[in-house]
Amino acid sequence: MMENFTPISALIGGGLIGLASGLYLLLNGRIAGISGILGGLLTPTKGGSAVFERLAFIIGLIVGPFILMNATEIEAQSVVTSSLPVIIIAGLLVGLGTTIGSGCTSGHGICGLSRFSLRSLVATLSFMAAGFVTVLVTRHLMGGM
Amino acid sequence: MRIIVSLICGTIFGFGLYISAMIDPQKVLGFLDIWAIADGGWDPSLAFVMGGGLAVAIPIFQFAKNRTEAVCGGEMSLPTNRAITTKLVVGGLLFGTGWGLVGYCPGPALSALAFGHTDTIIFVVAMIAGMGGARAMGLNK
Repeated sequence: MMENFTPISALIGGGLIGLASGLYLLLNGRIAGISGILGGLLTPTKGGSAVFERLAFIIGLIVGPFILMNATEIEAQSVVTSSLPVIIIAGLLVGLGTTIGSGCTSGHGICGLSRFSLRSLVATLSFMAAGFVTVLVTRHLMGGM
Repeated sequence: MRIIVSLICGTIFGFGLYISAMIDPQKVLGFLDIWAIADGGWDPSLAFVMGGGLAVAIPIFQFAKNRTEAVCGGEMSLPTNRAITTKLVVGGLLFGTGWGLVGYCPGPALSALAFGHTDTIIFVVAMIAGMGGARAMGLNK
């Protein structure tokens, strides 16, 4: 039963994600929505240091795991099993969908729900539902992609 | 100062994605596969990531949203749009479909670049292309 279930590390990791999002709002006054931060770099409208702030957040996102994998005993992996065309289509859909829907798991899921935003709840339920259905179709009805 | 705060917050966020294993698409797909509940193969871990995240973020957000200025200066840039639109739902459905195909959402995909895998790089490039294309068409408005 549930051999891959890791509740303790999930809670600790989730707590750190919540802490990072909370501190970003409290200290910098901004929502830690990763799709928004990345997308904002593509069409920078705000002047000043906004571009560097976004860039610094994204550098941190990559540096964090890099530190843990090289300086600690904590292990993790990132396994992609999809074929190349599926990876490209999925990437395009994630980029397109988060732009049209104004956010992703972090912006709507963590930050939006923490503000008790009904709009973010609807967005979160939408992408969760599509995720469940997609895995049903690809894993169970088509036998993996 | 704001740039250093961004770097530190991004790093802590990356720590969280790594420790929770959300950096691994297979971990995410294991959660999205709720049809595996029947045979005991479902992995509810992602719900605990959300739970842990909200438990810490809710008190800070509720405290912060009444402030008029950020601690490091500048406005509190909270979303004002409350409209529940077709675009919001369609965007969510498209995103969720891509998420369910590979198992990457934007944060974990960027963090996973730390592993240097070609598949991750291709996904991130496609994701940025999707964001750029949607913005070029004005779909972010």
